[in-house]
Amino acid sequence: MGKRLILRGVNLDIEANTIVSVIGPAHSGKTTLLRVINRLIETQREFMRSGDVLLDDAEVRRLDIDVLRRRVGLIFATPVPLPGTIFDNIAYGPRLQHHHRRQQLADLVEHSLRSAFLWDEVKDRLSTSALRLSGGQQQRLCIARTIAVDPEVIMMDEPTSGLDPISTAQIETAMRELKKQYTWVLVTNNTKQAARVSDKVAFFLSGELIEMGEAAQIFTKPKDPRTDDYVSGRIG
Amino acid sequence: MILRPLAWQRIVWFALAAMTLFTLVVLFFIIGFITSKGAHVITLKFLFGMPERMGKEGGILPTIIATIYISLLAIAIATPIGVGSAVYLCEYTRESPITRVIRFGADALAGVPSIIFGLFGFILFVIRLRMGWSLLAGGLTLAFMILPTIIRTSEEAIRAVPYNLREVSYSLGGAKSQTIVRVVLPNALPGILTGVILGMGRSVAETAVVIFTAGSSLLMPKSLFDPARTMAVHFYILAREGLSMERAYGTALLLIIAILLINVVAYLLMYRLTRKMR
Amino acid sequence: MREKLIEKGLLLVAFSAVAMIFLIAYLIFREGVPLVAKVGVWDFIASTRWAPSKGSFGILPMIVGSLEVTLLAVIIGATLGLSCAMFLAEFAPRWSVRILKPMIELLAGIPSVVYGFIGVVVLIPFIRRTFGGPGFSVLAAAIILGIMILPTVIAISLDALNAVPPLYKEGSLALGATRWQTLHRVVLPAARSGIIAAFILGMGRAIGETMAVIMVAGNALTMPTSLLQPVRTLTSNIALEMGYASGDHQAALFATGMVLFVIIAILNTIALVIARPRT
Repeated sequence: MGKRLILRGVNLDIEANTIVSVIGPAHSGKTTLLRVINRLIETQREFMRSGDVLLDDAEVRRLDIDVLRRRVGLIFATPVPLPGTIFDNIAYGPRLQHHHRRQQLADLVEHSLRSAFLWDEVKDRLSTSALRLSGGQQQRLCIARTIAVDPEVIMMDEPTSGLDPISTAQIETAMRELKKQYTWVLVTNNTKQAARVSDKVAFFLSGELIEMGEAAQIFTKPKDPRTDDYVSGRIG
Repeated sequence: MILRPLAWQRIVWFALAAMTLFTLVVLFFIIGFITSKGAHVITLKFLFGMPERMGKEGGILPTIIATIYISLLAIAIATPIGVGSAVYLCEYTRESPITRVIRFGADALAGVPSIIFGLFGFILFVIRLRMGWSLLAGGLTLAFMILPTIIRTSEEAIRAVPYNLREVSYSLGGAKSQTIVRVVLPNALPGILTGVILGMGRSVAETAVVIFTAGSSLLMPKSLFDPARTMAVHFYILAREGLSMERAYGTALLLIIAILLINVVAYLLMYRLTRKMR
Repeated sequence: MREKLIEKGLLLVAFSAVAMIFLIAYLIFREGVPLVAKVGVWDFIASTRWAPSKGSFGILPMIVGSLEVTLLAVIIGATLGLSCAMFLAEFAPRWSVRILKPMIELLAGIPSVVYGFIGVVVLIPFIRRTFGGPGFSVLAAAIILGIMILPTVIAISLDALNAVPPLYKEGSLALGATRWQTLHRVVLPAARSGIIAAFILGMGRAIGETMAVIMVAGNALTMPTSLLQPVRTLTSNIALEMGYASGDHQAALFATGMVLFVIIAILNTIALVIARPRT
């Protein structure tokens, strides 16, 4: 069977309440990194990993999988609303933990939508289908849905790759505003976006972490020539 | 003689068109014939009356009731087993010897003729488990007859649910079982229901199994342990024993109408499913 | 923990179909095997005399009758059904297919006894008038079963034809082939396994059908020597006599079911081997 090494020798620290961007060309293992962290990779295929992934001081494999995934949220590249109303989408996570009190749930939905800067646009139509929202609104819905389960870390996998510039700006604003409450890991192949929002940047190439540092340093004085090639647009 | 391709095509076109026309005429003749002979028999008294003189006169209410009971019982038993099997096949395993064995079982079951199901139900439920000829024995046997249909359609419906919906649920902390119950099954529901309804149609139309396991009593069934005669069995007895041709036509028409209704419901559900996908 | 329990439970449920097929086989064989052992395998399947009250249990005429009726029915159903499917898939206008396909699927749901009944009131008198003889015959049973399996054959082979990627067709048409050439050189081979599956399903329904056959086949206990003679199939033998049989007689009916079971298993295996896609 096809055995393939996707990530190797990766060693990185992510500080709380920062925005870390993971950049690199396609197939450099960025998405796999996210899926290893929240163990979504276990649902897909046979895989092996060695080494530790620590959340605070606990190896993620020692945590209950549902607890881990509530603590570390993941937003996908294409927004995937669950078929159902806007309200049902946001309430999905809380309901899994048997939060069924009406008022509590309504408050939580409002709070989550406000945090994702979506409340004003949808407050009058919470019971309409989430599939009718525009692409940008759907992606903010996904952010709100993740916020509703009260995570510590929110990971995003190229969240704006299919969106227009205005929607992209709205999502970037949300990230900056919410930095006080959450730690963000942003996978993107848009170096300008990484430069705009992140505190730190990690550059991946062919499954290896080439370089990590302050955003300004990575984009102006990269230490590794390969990083320089990538951020200046010569490769990737 | 060598013909030019287009001449060939014309000949084939006429041949196929003729056969198609013939087929359609035959099939629609059956419906038209039954309708024309049976329509005047169907009255309120026929639908809601009790049979008299072994069905030669009076209505067929007990057979309608028995048909509804026995087919509902069959799907009530077969649906959880069928959907459970499909969920296991789709969500819990990759292709493996285990899934091959399960699929073999379902395929083999689908190939068993109804008369064998009849023998099986008779010897197991009626005789050994001492249920006697009863709605329960009939419903149980029919349930296993329609099980493969329900497994197959549920499997297709579940596989049609996009994978990323499951990932969303997992990433919000959903356990596998929660994801199946709250995301996968609701989205597969129209497809699953279509299979269930088709299974119900087969139960309504079945004769051999029911005669062996539920008997052919014309009395109104009062409990699941009573013997009963379904519409299909009643029709068979009327026609075979020549009791009343007129009533046979009426019952046949009613059976066709029942199947039509069942199919229309299934079709509408399918339509809703395909429209939602867009 | 709870998740593991659910998984184990579902595995158990999923095995119920397998358990059921073995239970069915076990129960039927358990009733039938002792009788076959008593009568002798060869005498059971190769003797032409069936007289339960005198202890003679030979089912050869019924085996021959079942196979004959089924073969003829499949020939009728396959020829008409495939022609119809080809016409609908390649030549008929789209709108007519959209109307006809659900209607044909509906016809597949009509109880087989209704088909049998039509046979009695329409086909039997017709055969009697045209060819003479009693009318109840191999021919009548084969025609009724052939018609009965038509909707199944049409619906499934139509699906198979439609599932052929349009690119194949376009490739052939672009080379200057006519639609018929494309159909029989490209589309039919590509849809081969689906079409065979349709025939197998039709065959299964035909050989397993009981009530409709009883109504039109005449059920005579003789070896069928002409298409116009009455015949008794394996399935009808069971259904006709089960009502009053007991003891060895009842066991012989289960043994008849056993033979039917084996024949169907053999036919399905052969068909599956043929249907396996060529690599």
